[in-house]
Amino acid sequence: MAPMVRLAGVNKHFGDLHVLREIDLEIARGEVVVVLGPSGSGKSTLCRAINRLEPIDGGTVEIDGTELPAEGRDLAALRSDVGMVFQQFNLFAHKTILENVTLAPTKVRKVSKGEAENRARTLLDRVGIADQASKYPAQLSGGQQQRVAIARALAMDPKVMLFDEPTSALDPEMVGEVVDVMSDLARDGMTMVVVTHEMGFARRAAHRVVFMADGEIVEDSTPDAFFARPSSERARDFLGKILTH
Amino acid sequence: MNVLLDNLGEFGSRFLGTVELFVLSAVASLVLGTVLAAMRVSPVPAMRVAATGYVTLLRNTPLTLVFFFFAFGFPLLEIADLSFFTLAVVSLSLYTAAFVCETVRAGITTVPPGQAEAARALGLGFGQSLTLIVLPQAIRAVVPPLTSVQIALLKNTTVAAGFSVVEAGGIYQVLSERGYSTLVGLLWVALGFVVLITPLTLLQRSLERRWSASSGGAVKAGAR
Ligand SMILES: Nc1ncnc2c1ncn2[C@@H]1O[C@H](COP(=O)(O)OP(=O)(O)O)[C@@H](O)[C@H]1O
Ligand SMILES: [Mg+2]
Repeated sequence: MAPMVRLAGVNKHFGDLHVLREIDLEIARGEVVVVLGPSGSGKSTLCRAINRLEPIDGGTVEIDGTELPAEGRDLAALRSDVGMVFQQFNLFAHKTILENVTLAPTKVRKVSKGEAENRARTLLDRVGIADQASKYPAQLSGGQQQRVAIARALAMDPKVMLFDEPTSALDPEMVGEVVDVMSDLARDGMTMVVVTHEMGFARRAAHRVVFMADGEIVEDSTPDAFFARPSSERARDFLGKILTH
Repeated sequence: MNVLLDNLGEFGSRFLGTVELFVLSAVASLVLGTVLAAMRVSPVPAMRVAATGYVTLLRNTPLTLVFFFFAFGFPLLEIADLSFFTLAVVSLSLYTAAFVCETVRAGITTVPPGQAEAARALGLGFGQSLTLIVLPQAIRAVVPPLTSVQIALLKNTTVAAGFSVVEAGGIYQVLSERGYSTLVGLLWVALGFVVLITPLTLLQRSLERRWSASSGGAVKAGAR
């Protein structure tokens, strides 16, 4: 069976800066991969390359065996199979919580309004926001907004979920509620790529840890192996800084 | 001698002409201006160039010249035989659209890039993300300046008087022919414009109030 995500020879430059260097990465169905690395190592760019939100200079990206084209209608359709959760939530500010979750299913997948709303309420219930459906994003706490953002992505029945530092913009007391939702998803078998500094999540929920530095994948191992015996100097250095905090 | 009451019919029909000119041009300029703003942020270079060229040309041309072109130049092209009223609507719409475009574009820059990014990540195409996510927020952000552009349009309708269109700005000619005081007449015209502009201002206020709650202006993130 084809891997759910397959990146081969992916390169990306920002001007002279070589941000992704010959990235090869395969992620199996149901696998949870945590991406670690120092700031500026290319984790966000990698995440955004997976749904081609960021144009790449070379290489291929496949989702469930289908190569994503560089642009156009087909890309939009295939991209809807990849859910994405951003550090800044990015809920649609002028739409209610319910509308945020029903928008893409009705406009992209042409699901009927009633059906989309039923599904949205189920998902909002699942992330614990069911009673806030008619509010606007600005009326919710950061943790609640991020859980809505997860529900919004799930409403498209994605094959893969990408999380780019989903808890980094949250007040500490709200991190737990978002991590819990992500842990539930992982347990339910969702294929996930998670950029995070939550080492607890990495240890408990991840099947694999990918460590990046300077645009390269430096280590790719199990959480146990990575945290107990990091093989590279840079990973040891990184863990030393993170874990002493 | 009551300038207003004696010429009520004249005032009435002329202000009706003003309102007709305004409503048609307002709708057309808002639609065209928004389309131009969309073109200016489109990924297609040719569209951006065309819209930028249009705005540069129309924004820097005096309105009277635009009228001259349509009133006297356009008929020479013999494309269509249009009334002065129609040509006035076309002139006002094309001219005002350039200002609407710039205002809406300014609104687009206030929408955080993450909004369009989230839309694209969900599988919405460029057009959908623009019309469903970016433009609604952009327009909400520029209601006051957009209202100012439309108030300017309302006042600009008086230029049409010089081109034989029956509207309020041209009333002084009739009054002086009939031997009334044109000065007093013009004061009534000025008052008439104030009356016409009032609903626009009220509409602006009510839109601002309605939209401030939903865009988070009134309730800040973090409230529970
Ligand atoms: N849009 C951009 N333009 C120019 N440079 C960028 C852009 N986005 C990211 N970069 C640079 O690319 C490098 C990798 O960024 P990023 O993928 O965000 O790293 P990380 O998420 O690991 O912190 C950084 O040096 C960053 O400054
Ligand atoms: Mg990042």
